[in-house]
Amino acid sequence: MAYLELNNIYKTYGEGENATEVLSDINLSIEEGEFVAIVGFTGSGKTTLVNLINGLIKPTSGEVLFKGEPVVDTSHERGVIFQNYSLLPWLTVGQNVYMAVKEAFPKENKAFLKQRVNDYVAMVSLSPAINKRPKELSGGMRQRVAVARALAMNPEMIIMDEPLGALDALTRGNLQDEILNIWSQDKRTALLITNDVDEGIYMADRIIPLKPGPNATLGPEFKIDIERPRDKTALNDNANFKKTRNAIIEYLMDIGEERKSVSNETYELPDLAPKSFVA
Amino acid sequence: MEQEITLKKEGKSMAFLKPLLAKVTPKFQKADLLPSLKKAGITVLSILLFLGLWHLGSKALYNKEANFKIEKALTEQGQVAADAERACIASGDSSCQPNTLPSPTQVWASLQSLIADHKVINADKAAFVEKMAATNAKLVAKGKTAIVYTGRASFVDIVLTSIKTVFAGFLLALLIAVPIGVIIGLSPSLRSAFNWFIQIFKPVSPVVWYLLVFMIVKTLYIGDSSDNAFVISFISVGLCAMWATLVNTAMGVSSVDKDYINVAKVLKLGTFQKVFKVILPSSLPLIFTGLRITLSVAWMVLIAIELLAQSQGLGLFVWEEFQNGANDSNAKIIVAMFVIGIIGFLLDQIMLTVQNMVSFNKNEGV
Ligand SMILES: Nc1ncnc2c1ncn2[C@@H]1O[C@H](COP(=O)(O)OP(=O)(O)OP(=O)(O)O)[C@@H](O)[C@H]1O
Ligand SMILES: [Mg+2]
Repeated sequence: MAYLELNNIYKTYGEGENATEVLSDINLSIEEGEFVAIVGFTGSGKTTLVNLINGLIKPTSGEVLFKGEPVVDTSHERGVIFQNYSLLPWLTVGQNVYMAVKEAFPKENKAFLKQRVNDYVAMVSLSPAINKRPKELSGGMRQRVAVARALAMNPEMIIMDEPLGALDALTRGNLQDEILNIWSQDKRTALLITNDVDEGIYMADRIIPLKPGPNATLGPEFKIDIERPRDKTALNDNANFKKTRNAIIEYLMDIGEERKSVSNETYELPDLAPKSFVA
Repeated sequence: MEQEITLKKEGKSMAFLKPLLAKVTPKFQKADLLPSLKKAGITVLSILLFLGLWHLGSKALYNKEANFKIEKALTEQGQVAADAERACIASGDSSCQPNTLPSPTQVWASLQSLIADHKVINADKAAFVEKMAATNAKLVAKGKTAIVYTGRASFVDIVLTSIKTVFAGFLLALLIAVPIGVIIGLSPSLRSAFNWFIQIFKPVSPVVWYLLVFMIVKTLYIGDSSDNAFVISFISVGLCAMWATLVNTAMGVSSVDKDYINVAKVLKLGTFQKVFKVILPSSLPLIFTGLRITLSVAWMVLIAIELLAQSQGLGLFVWEEFQNGANDSNAKIIVAMFVIGIIGFLLDQIMLTVQNMVSFNKNEGV
């Protein structure tokens, strides 16, 4: 039995004539301790997939099993880093993290909780901004707060929806290492949604492409057989890395082409004429 | 080239102000000062213009009524009577003054006399308290109620009473509208259940609210000789003004950003935590917008309701002065008008400050 299993998942938004099937026939199984990355085009349904797994929405049909049990609700066992940060704007950075830590460790005393908040805020290098509100932060800083908030809850499985999208290369690299670090302690399980193939190869055990929607479904998986810990600088010279990277990019380009040729709809333009204000 | 010259000029003329400015307002920039000076200048100018037009207008009205009076005396009683009338008006005798829009100077004089009157009454009050101190001490010792001053209220007392009434009404509105707004905001079915109720009662006029409250409070106080005018007026004000808060609260609570709800779900907050830590904070800006509208509506309807309820306050003051028809009544009414306007403006400013304090997206503030 896999740690996380998705069986024949379909997800339709809307009803009747407006219904669009975003996800079709999604099958995925992740073993305990695995790091899986999903790459996909924008709008293909990656966030929808994440929300199905973390329990925020329910599939139209099919089942999501977590440790053998159907997922019916959110759980502290599955920590989420939202794509749009979702920080509470009226709370400071520290308060945002504190709120999560307090829910995750209801029995611990205040000193412990405060220490934990400080540690995780320091981990994402935001200690100087701990008393700032989200609107005073840059997009990248907000994203780091979201990372700290999710990781500070010490979840068994970490679900990340494009968590490092708004970051510069350097900060991005540091946070990738921090996430890998936390993942490898006590062998957690991780699911990473990303649009960066290199990031996927550096971090994951397997990369699975999500085909463009509607009716998006998962493509064939690519195994990354590179020893851990991986060295970013040496990676570029690694023959295995080059091969896998080329294979994935080729595949993505192919399905991208396919999408273009499929969508040869003709658009009817409205009949517009410039209006004369003189006559 | 031209620009450079003007810039230099400006630099020179402002130079003497520099050290002064640095002392008074360090964060003030030269660039900020010119527009703000200009703005202040425009405000002063427009006030002067307003006073000027007012003065001319009241003079024209005065002359029209005076001429009519003289004309009337002439046609009805002849030249002698007309001359007498003219002399009487010119002498400023109060018996024959035209009773029309008072001039700014008359209003200013009225304000002075109202303040003087307040001082006299205050002195009276102090003297009374002093005189009765010994007697009251005895009465209290015996367990009886002390005798209090029941003389005429001064204008300042009247204004304070009005402010007290409006705050009581505002508090009532807040206590009713916010909790109900939160509850119906949380539940879509309650929202549709309450919708007709809100739609029907929201547009009801203050006069009708007053009558409704009067019917109920009168019966509740039946057999009780104590004065219930204050109770009736503040309840009417509260009921009349609470709708903006009710609607805004319900809207704020029901339209919380979905991202925040998702956070609450992922953190697995309990219902209580979810309401108080996520839903309420995120709807505070809208709730305060509602409260600001409520306070200004409360102040506006207060005047009408005090008048109807015969409850002490500015509304009753205005009405009594109008009925009274004394020589300076009209001027007093205008004084009251300005006081009402200025207090309303100040109340709104207070609410605006509070609203900005609670709004976490400062740039979204209204
Ligand atoms: N609540 C919803 N109701 C209706 N349609 C929705 C809803 N959420 C998403 N969709 C639609 O489902 C599709 C997939 O959306 P989703 O947010 O999962 O994409 P995504 O892959 O995460 O995109 P991105 O890379 O831009 O984040 C989109 O076409 C979107 O319009
Ligand atoms: Mg997404």
